[in-house]
Amino acid sequence: MTRPRFRPGQPVRVKALFPPGHCRTPFYTRGKRGRILDLVDVEPDPEERAYGRPGLPPVPVWRVVFAQHELWPDYRGPARDQVVVGIFEPWLEPLEDGG
Amino acid sequence: MSHDQEPDHDHEPDHDHEHRGHGHDHESHGHPPGQRHPFQPDLEDGPYSWHMALTDAVADLLLAKGLITADELRRTLEDIDSKSPALGARLVARAWVDPAFKARLLADVNAAAAELGIDAGPIPIRAVECAPGEHHVIVCTLCSCYPRLLLGAAPDWYKARAYRSRVVREPRPVLAEFGLELDPEVAVIVHDSTAELRFMVLPERPAGTEGWDEERLAALVTRDCLIGVARPRVPAA
Repeated sequence: MTRPRFRPGQPVRVKALFPPGHCRTPFYTRGKRGRILDLVDVEPDPEERAYGRPGLPPVPVWRVVFAQHELWPDYRGPARDQVVVGIFEPWLEPLEDGG
Repeated sequence: MSHDQEPDHDHEPDHDHEHRGHGHDHESHGHPPGQRHPFQPDLEDGPYSWHMALTDAVADLLLAKGLITADELRRTLEDIDSKSPALGARLVARAWVDPAFKARLLADVNAAAAELGIDAGPIPIRAVECAPGEHHVIVCTLCSCYPRLLLGAAPDWYKARAYRSRVVREPRPVLAEFGLELDPEVAVIVHDSTAELRFMVLPERPAGTEGWDEERLAALVTRDCLIGVARPRVPAA
């Protein structure tokens, strides 16, 4: 099992990758900055399972909080509005605090 | 029975069917006399899709190999279809009257449901709690993930591209279209179900329900409250 590498509250960025095939990282989060909310679980990697492979070792999945204004620069709404998304750890990279 | 087979049938144009107990006038349906209503198509009249064929093939194989029985398959389908938002409403009502239960619900919905004899299935469900300054709403932008083993089948609009694409992009106008206008002081938090985790909203208990019992409280918690596009409301007296 992969040891989870993040901690709640930590700033992270979703990798701006656009691989072909199945993945669970919504397009609107790619390249966006967020903050770790909590660890959901460790799960077999769906990007492997989609092609009949076992997806092992399981991958940590984090709930990541994004400010709406980060996701959508033209968002018309209060600054506190957020989206919370489950992201598989290989898609996340750590950011320096305040980054 | 056709009227033409009735020996005493009267073909006068002003013939009144009412006296025979027919509750409607055959001449006023917008199609020529003698022509029948179009039938509603049977289920089998739709296209037989790839996934329908796959489902049938897998079920046939499981039965043929004796891995499951027809009765087990039937009972499982019956069980899935028996799930409804009323189960989620019972959890919410209990959480409103019992703070210790609420804490357990927020920690683990499936285990809290089991306490009330509700089987919420194997996929973990997380409750997200609304508060005076915070409103939660759920979606699955990638497909249509929904806590169906607790709440039953999702409404069609939840699976529609319009809801899925818009509620993460402009939640406030979407909620307003559902009739839920939120003050700017209330943060809107959208939960996108992308992993093996489902969500249900734990709404705020409405004012004016002090002293109500669980059954009465549960009646306020509709499906849409559990998704977060509505809030429980006390009906006007």
